[in-house]
Amino acid sequence: MSDETGKVPEATTESTTGFPGAGEIGARVGMFGVTGSGDTSGYGGLVRTVALPPLATRPYGEWYDQLADAVADSLGEEPRVVLHAGELTLIVRREQLPALMRQLRDDARLRFELCSGVSGVHYPDQAGAELHAVYHLLSMTFNRRIRVETSAPDSDPHLPSLVSVYPTLDWHERETYDMFGLIFDGHPSMSRILMPDDWVGHPQRKDYPLGGIPVDYHGATIAPPDQRRSYA
Amino acid sequence: MSAPHDTAADFDAPGSTVFTATGQDWDQLTDLLKETPEERVVVNMGPQHPSTHGVLRLILELEGENVTEARCGIGYLHTGIEKNMEYRSWVQGTTFVTRMDYLAPLFNETAYVLGVEKLLGISDGPDGVPEKAQVMRVLLMELNRISSHLVAIATGGMEIGALTVMTIGFRERELVLDLFELITGLRMNHAFIRPGGVAQDLPPGALDEIRDFIALMRKRLPEYAALCNANPIFRGRLEGVGHLDLEGCLALGITGPVLRSTGYAWDLRKTQPYSGYEDYDFDVITWDTADSYGRFRVRLAEMDESLRIVEQAADRLSRLEGAPVMVADKKIAWPSQLAIGTDGMGNSLDHIRHIMGESMEALIHHFKLVTEGFRVPAGQAYAAIESPRGELGAHVVSDGGTRPYRVHFRDPSFTNLQATSVMSEGGMVADVIVAIASIDPVMGGVDR
Repeated sequence: MSDETGKVPEATTESTTGFPGAGEIGARVGMFGVTGSGDTSGYGGLVRTVALPPLATRPYGEWYDQLADAVADSLGEEPRVVLHAGELTLIVRREQLPALMRQLRDDARLRFELCSGVSGVHYPDQAGAELHAVYHLLSMTFNRRIRVETSAPDSDPHLPSLVSVYPTLDWHERETYDMFGLIFDGHPSMSRILMPDDWVGHPQRKDYPLGGIPVDYHGATIAPPDQRRSYA
Repeated sequence: MSAPHDTAADFDAPGSTVFTATGQDWDQLTDLLKETPEERVVVNMGPQHPSTHGVLRLILELEGENVTEARCGIGYLHTGIEKNMEYRSWVQGTTFVTRMDYLAPLFNETAYVLGVEKLLGISDGPDGVPEKAQVMRVLLMELNRISSHLVAIATGGMEIGALTVMTIGFRERELVLDLFELITGLRMNHAFIRPGGVAQDLPPGALDEIRDFIALMRKRLPEYAALCNANPIFRGRLEGVGHLDLEGCLALGITGPVLRSTGYAWDLRKTQPYSGYEDYDFDVITWDTADSYGRFRVRLAEMDESLRIVEQAADRLSRLEGAPVMVADKKIAWPSQLAIGTDGMGNSLDHIRHIMGESMEALIHHFKLVTEGFRVPAGQAYAAIESPRGELGAHVVSDGGTRPYRVHFRDPSFTNLQATSVMSEGGMVADVIVAIASIDPVMGGVDR
């Protein structure tokens, strides 16, 4: 079981600086989630790389190359592409987002009419790109799906709002702001949506505690879920 | 009590007066209202109002009975399920997602499980999810679509005063829940569809019960059509209300029956088949009026189509007796099966005898899988399925650990509810109720 974590995808040799979302993202130490105790098993010395799927290189196959060509026209550079689990991810810088999304929607070669929303992901260990925003797009014309991923540093958590391109993102961006603290500049009403208006903090961030209380049962104490052994 | 609110200035509405109506003597309130000549009022409807489909809060700005602005306040049912999942194993995740959209629990489970299976690299082939598990998933999802549409029609009917539609809708839904209880053990919160397959084989006698159900529903579904389709009051309340055309639907990301009521036959079961939907014979239902009545007719006809799929699935299951329902990979599959013992259902005694008395390796294996769980290779996947309300998507992210790194649900109720304003503004206040009922939002899915 645990042996299989050794088979994480190979990190790419190409630099991913400025384009986090592919390749190595950290390392996992030990085996059973236990630290700070006298380790006599030797497992505590295990260090395994944690790596997301690497950037892909041309040719990508299927319709992916045609899409990359079309996107390259507007970006003015070769797009960063990840191919994994049968899905294509475009990794872009946040300032490229508005023009790119407009092109993805309007270009006759692309026609991604429907946006399935934005989902935040928090990678606290990725310095300078802690907060990721992931958009899923669907082209009903060509029956294709792609994913667009961008990131913002925790110190400057701003992304351009895309409500003017995909009005459906109105609530989705508010939810991502609510849960991760990503501020979407240009949103018509950047406010909390699920949590109360006066809530402090952004609950889906990794540094935000889950909360919970220990439970006593016949003299034993069961720790709350976020304090139990995690097997990292 | 009905005095003008003395902190009106705090409400950021310059020049306006706030009256608080909390069930007092209405004469006092109307006397006070006489002092302000304007007809424009802002009304808070919900979050505890019988016709807002659960804990939905509506902020309506009215000119007399006309709605000039409609906004939604949501979040009253936010449960932090996505956060909680990050502290449990991948298998335990199914017990959380099933509670999101509580009228379509088996869809939540399937969307999540398909995402996890994509990351695990479990294919649909012979080494992947077994055929019987695929058929059982389809069977359960289509039964669930029937029960969910029944509630949509029942509550929608209740909210406009058609109480018979409500009572018979819940009567039929009960039959579906009985089947769920028989097959999964629970009426809701099943956690039955697991990464790699389903939790348990079909119990004895289940196929007979399903066939009885199909025969009964074939008689009863036409009752709804007879009761509503041509009913002048029903049509008068629904026709032309909550209009939203195809362009509006795509801009707002709206899918499901609302999209199909514009005449566009977009159904992920047909366009991007999953779980073997390409093997079933059924039609995608559309309507061309883009209004609440069209959505009602789409849901009504979809139940017939679901019944067709259920029938085909039952036929296939009758040929799959004894076939496996969980992936063969012992690193993923739950080690223990349930069995009926003298004291009811529990872990199979054969399995316990095996791990406790016969094989140390089997014990270790069981212990590791149950306490630690399997690891999922790092990466992200998006699995989308056609839930009763539209595209239900699960964005699943793994960092290679035993727990989900992040799971986000693109719930169709959440997205579709954004259409409240465009469907309601400019209409009458009574039509707001009809428009929202035609979206069929489930607040458990909206707020998660």
